[in-house]
Amino acid sequence: MFSGIQVASPADVALSVRELTVSLPEGMERANAVENISFDLKRGQILCIIGESGSGKSVTANAIMGLLPKAIRIPSGAIQLDGMNIVGLSPEKLRSLRGRVVSMIFQDPLSALNPLMTVGAQIEEVMAAHDVGTPASRRSRAIDLLIEVGLADPKLMYHQYPFRLSGGQRQRVMIAMALALEPAILIADEPTTALDVTTQAQILKLIRDIQRRKGMSVMFITHDFGVVAEIADSVLVMEKGHIVEQGGAVQVLQSPSHPYTRRLIAAVPHLTGEDRALVEAPANEPILKVEGLVKTYRSGSALFGKQRIVPAVNQVSFDLAPGHTLGVVGESGSGKSSLGRLLIKLLDSDDGRILFEGRDVAKLSEAEFRPLRPQIQMIFQDPFASLNPRSTVGQILTVGPAAHGMPYAKACDEARSLLSRVGLDAGAFGRYPHEFSGGQRQRIGIARALMFKPKLLIADEAVSALDVSIQAQILKLLDQIQRETGVSMIFITHDLRVASQICDEIAVMHKGRVVESGPPSQIFLRPQSAYTRELVAAIPGEQQGGARALAANS
Amino acid sequence: MRAFLLSRLSQSLVLLVIVSMIGFVILSISPGGPLSQQGLDPGMTQADIARIKEQLGLNRPLWIQYLDWAWRLVQGDWGHSFRGGTPVLTVIGRHVFATLLLMGTSTMIAIAVGTWIGIRGATHRYSLFDYLATAGAMVALSIPTFWFGLVGIYIFSLRLGWLPAGNMYTIGDGSALNYLHHLILPSIVLSLVHVAVWSRYMRTATLDAISQDFVKTARAKGVSERRVLMKHVVGNALLPMITLAGVQLPSILTGALVTETVFTWPGMGRLFLDSLNYSDYPVVMGLLMFSAVLVILGNLIADIVVAIVDPRIRLA
Repeated sequence: MFSGIQVASPADVALSVRELTVSLPEGMERANAVENISFDLKRGQILCIIGESGSGKSVTANAIMGLLPKAIRIPSGAIQLDGMNIVGLSPEKLRSLRGRVVSMIFQDPLSALNPLMTVGAQIEEVMAAHDVGTPASRRSRAIDLLIEVGLADPKLMYHQYPFRLSGGQRQRVMIAMALALEPAILIADEPTTALDVTTQAQILKLIRDIQRRKGMSVMFITHDFGVVAEIADSVLVMEKGHIVEQGGAVQVLQSPSHPYTRRLIAAVPHLTGEDRALVEAPANEPILKVEGLVKTYRSGSALFGKQRIVPAVNQVSFDLAPGHTLGVVGESGSGKSSLGRLLIKLLDSDDGRILFEGRDVAKLSEAEFRPLRPQIQMIFQDPFASLNPRSTVGQILTVGPAAHGMPYAKACDEARSLLSRVGLDAGAFGRYPHEFSGGQRQRIGIARALMFKPKLLIADEAVSALDVSIQAQILKLLDQIQRETGVSMIFITHDLRVASQICDEIAVMHKGRVVESGPPSQIFLRPQSAYTRELVAAIPGEQQGGARALAANS
Repeated sequence: MRAFLLSRLSQSLVLLVIVSMIGFVILSISPGGPLSQQGLDPGMTQADIARIKEQLGLNRPLWIQYLDWAWRLVQGDWGHSFRGGTPVLTVIGRHVFATLLLMGTSTMIAIAVGTWIGIRGATHRYSLFDYLATAGAMVALSIPTFWFGLVGIYIFSLRLGWLPAGNMYTIGDGSALNYLHHLILPSIVLSLVHVAVWSRYMRTATLDAISQDFVKTARAKGVSERRVLMKHVVGNALLPMITLAGVQLPSILTGALVTETVFTWPGMGRLFLDSLNYSDYPVVMGLLMFSAVLVILGNLIADIVVAIVDPRIRLA
């Protein structure tokens, strides 16, 4: 199983983990977060640790940083860093290593910076914490770092507070902070997961460039094989606290030996570029026809001070045939979620028409629209937040139909049969949402939407919060349900690969407008607009970039 | 910022007018009235009472009384006390120092001790200290302050004889030490409830801040635990506390009704209670307006301070 380990001479190895076990507090789902793992991070290489949620990859990173919570202990094993074993080192010794020898960047750049400190002060803090330099030298170093990570106008950036920065800019600041003391090792914990695909491509390139330039060793944690293909020199696959496979990037990606790795790679959605086999011949009449839809957000008051006007949805038009799926793709801020909320009338539109089965629902009042609500249902992104934790699954499923006049006993029967249809056992009916995993909760969310026998389903990032293997299952379930019930679907996502799996038509949104629409084959293989081309090119692991990284390693 | 102040001040003005109207009406419809005492005096004839009424202007319709009062108020004339005819502002001025001394001291104790208990409770969550602090806060919140006052007087004044039982100073001895001696018991008793409230809020705010990602970032940078706590955790935890401080600010000048009475402290709280007992409307209305202005100011100051401290908030 550990055939991938090569006994490297200590000089080549920046970090060496030997038979490390990290135990969880009692009462957790398993006794150890990671069990008996061994691996080496070679100097000047990028090691990707890949695994699904709960595989122990973040715990491993935190153990190396000496940042484990008090309740989590290391009963056995060694972490060799800089020629010493850091397991069991005093907190003060560990502190002196953090930021100086090992640095870390985190997943969510929106919350990883202190909102009350300027960017410059936060970068200088690393140096001050290790008594490096004078205030003046730290300041000039901070500005140099801001230039190094590619931030425009570093002098201005220095005085900026984090809330003014975009996600990509904040992640660059995080990287600048991590580089401040030229550490030997950089640990990146899903640093691009929360970013848009084009920003992700930029940040990956930045990390790779800096790693090359400085000969740094990088431990890169991810759940995305596309990202692995982009930047990894070697790969380590973790499942439930064990290393199931490790080796060179090419070897693992092209000839995975462990079934779990094969399953993970197979589950990665790829750009198919193939159009979907149609469910049925399109009817003449579209079920949904949107014409010139407009929504403008205004903030600030007109009376006092300036008003900010943001056109969230700008002259959007499309048709959706019965039984078809329209994908709406775009980056954050493109207006795709606003569009979804307009269609289900959670937001009122400013202009334009929404013809649902030929009837304009845009102008209807809430009371007039209410009878139509059951026919248009929504599946939400976060399966953890969208189910009421105090209600049983049965209550969640039946409360809506009961409110619309379905007899309770009948609703219960429906709910039970739907639960089995979405792949849950009937016992789920009396249980609470917290007893289910993310994927199972999303199945409950889908069953909830189907209770109304809707004609139109709007799925807003419905699989974005799920692991890839679960993602694939949910996409399959949605496809199957559409084929059985003939429901039409609008699938909103930021992930083009996912969209290519399930959509008949795709509309690409950018700054509130639809810049291009067409079948997947057109969008992915022959994109017409420059923005679509940029978006497709940024998908990790699909383009030459991935092949180049693979080639470089072989 | 200027637009914000303008809009807030204009809102406040409307609020003050409404508060004053409600206060005026409620006082006038409440039974008794300033002349009920005189009415019991057998030497007073009906004509005498009518004459006094006329002198005080109480025979006019209510809305004229109100407009007259409000117009004078705008000009800076807060009216005269029915008891002794002293101008209302002078009466308030006589009592405000005593209250500021007592409430200021107790608030400072409350904030210092409460903040410390809150932070320690959060960093040592579920420790013995945390449980004791939680239980203590519950006790302090559920037992009325005057009871603590009475028990304190019984133990420390009557039994032990360490501290005076009341008053702000001993007549004939105006030294700072004498004031301080009198201040100890009432200020500690008054701070109990505030320590309880403040420490509970501070604990929650600290726990909120401690679990934020940027705290982990700071640790990953190698920042010392002490600085992580003081700069990153407490810095962010104090933000919501500013608003709470703004709510508590007015009480520093308006005083504590019951506790001041228990300790015979010559402050604003006792003045209010006495004036109410004597139906001394001008003073009661004066105190009402005084505290309304303070409440508005307290919140306004808190909003401005939050905006200064928190770069994300712009006043608009």
